[in-house]
Amino acid sequence: MRFLLIEDNTNLAQAVVERLSLDGHVVDHAVNLSDGHAFCATTDYDMILLDIMLPDGDGRAFLKHHRASQSKTPVIAITARSEVSDRVSILDLGADDYMVKPIDFAELEARCRAVLRRNGGGAQNLIQHGNCRFDPLAGTLYIDDTSIPLRARELRLFELLINAPNQIFSKSQLVDRLFSYDADVSENAIEVYIGRLRKHLEGAKIVIRTVRGLGYKLELL
Amino acid sequence: MTAPNVQGSIRRRLTILLTLGAAGLAVVVFFLIQSVAREIAQSSQDNILSASAISIIDSARIDTDGELSIDLPYSSLSMLDSVTDERAFYAIDLDEDFLTGYEMMPRPRPSVENSTTYTSATFLGSEIRVASVNRTISMDDRIAILTVSVAQTLNGLEQTLAQIRSGALTLGIGFFLVTAGLALVIARTAILPLRRLTESVSRRGPKDLRPVAAPVPLEMEPLVSSLNSLMQRLDTSLSRSEDFIAEAAHRLRTPLAIVRTRADVVLRRSETPQNREAVQDIIRAIDESSRAAGQLLDHAMVTFRADDLTRESLDLKTLAIDAIERIRPIAEMRDIDLRMDGGIDRNISGDQILILNALHNVLDNAVKYSSPESLITVSLSQDGTSASVSVSDQGQGFGKDVPTLMAKRFKRGDNTQNIVGSGLGLTIARDVVTAHGGTLTIENIKEGGACVSLFWPLQP
Repeated sequence: MRFLLIEDNTNLAQAVVERLSLDGHVVDHAVNLSDGHAFCATTDYDMILLDIMLPDGDGRAFLKHHRASQSKTPVIAITARSEVSDRVSILDLGADDYMVKPIDFAELEARCRAVLRRNGGGAQNLIQHGNCRFDPLAGTLYIDDTSIPLRARELRLFELLINAPNQIFSKSQLVDRLFSYDADVSENAIEVYIGRLRKHLEGAKIVIRTVRGLGYKLELL
Repeated sequence: MTAPNVQGSIRRRLTILLTLGAAGLAVVVFFLIQSVAREIAQSSQDNILSASAISIIDSARIDTDGELSIDLPYSSLSMLDSVTDERAFYAIDLDEDFLTGYEMMPRPRPSVENSTTYTSATFLGSEIRVASVNRTISMDDRIAILTVSVAQTLNGLEQTLAQIRSGALTLGIGFFLVTAGLALVIARTAILPLRRLTESVSRRGPKDLRPVAAPVPLEMEPLVSSLNSLMQRLDTSLSRSEDFIAEAAHRLRTPLAIVRTRADVVLRRSETPQNREAVQDIIRAIDESSRAAGQLLDHAMVTFRADDLTRESLDLKTLAIDAIERIRPIAEMRDIDLRMDGGIDRNISGDQILILNALHNVLDNAVKYSSPESLITVSLSQDGTSASVSVSDQGQGFGKDVPTLMAKRFKRGDNTQNIVGSGLGLTIARDVVTAHGGTLTIENIKEGGACVSLFWPLQP
């Protein structure tokens, strides 16, 4: 995904850019509102992450301008304040969602997914391999035109693997991507989800292989 | 809010003082009228008596043979007893010798010539008034003093006075009633500006700390001045503390966000289990502190807003849907499904921000304590007077704790290790519901899991 991050604290911005890049996202960073407007005018983004307190104005002004310019790019507001009144007014002004600092990136991913799903912009992300058709946003997997019901975690695990066929993912890498830190999850939990995915993928021209001692990888047959 | 220490009432004090004054005045008026009336009646009776006595003494003659003769004029006594049924008496003395009339009648001896002297006395069992006049006459051989005394009973006078007294009493009571009524009106009018000031202050919203602009009477100027200056100081300190909280949150959250993000990156790159565990601990601690800060702010906000509740007409179902959609992405991360059933077709009245906050906290709790791949059910229902939102999960329930203890501040169940939370969530929800006149109940579900229900009074 292509992100625009509008955040005046460069330390935080660098960290966020680095962190999102690890998940394979492309992030542009604007340090103030006018830069933000300039970036928006030249590039199509999938998502804008907007800090609300900025040196050259309130992020709410950006939202107003953004909505007035008919842009369809969804905006997730990032605020350091946590009063509910603040949140409500942010949503009223046209942000699609908001998060309070510090950002939990698993939550950010979930919220992005929810926002994109709501905005219905998923057709171009369709992934097709052999007899498998996968729409990560809608969360639907078809094998030979039969719809396979996937739970959210199975879905994300499958998305990770199919986006990088033949790449080996360690168990810990998968745990990091699939679970947030508020629960102690043993790495063996991954085996449960791999097992389920394998069951779902019976009959597909896709297989998940165990690489002993290293992890898992998805292979196209 | 503590109730003020109330002692006495200006209005009551004014009313009592004015009424007491009116009563005193009424008594004075009563006695004044009575004594003036008595004096007037007395003096008119005295005049008649004196006229009668003078007409008698005027008829005294010394005959040619030197004998004293007195013709009692008819009118002299008839004017005394004809009108009312008074009885009249008279006595005529020459020097010390009784000549004619009622000898036993008490009568004064005027000391000065040609003057009239009056006295009151009792005669034949009746109160009488006596007027005596004297005149020096020359008999053939000497000079003698002729004294004529005329008396009249006081029956008529007493009757008249009794009439006047009852009239005066009526007048006094009437006077009292009118002035007491006036006292009530005056007392009420006097405190009217106070009441107006009270209304203008109590009608204000919780954040309206502008000075009082409405005109006030001179006497209230010091009060209003100090009220204004108090509000100004409060305004300054409130906005300072609000700014301070917002600023503190901002300043704390941004560095926390940097640490959290960097730690996330480090976690991704570290391979050894020891490092991973350490970094995960760091992230968990950051999450816990930022969550606690958020809930403390929420709790402060709830306390602040609940003091003076905004009342809008709200559709609880819409609010529940909002809260559910807000929490859904987080629930999905752990494959927790959120479902809503039932419905509410009447509105409640309250503060949207607070109610959303309460619902969010209850849902947040449910998601936090639910096991992955479970179901959270939000049931809406209503009866005649209240609407309820019940949130049931399939988690471990409230453990062995007595469920009623759970909603206490900072209290957490005994099975909550490894779950980030400050324990304030249910406290916030309960405070919000209570401020709206509703109740929060918690229970363990038999089949496993917890159920938190929020009951809100419906709009009439």
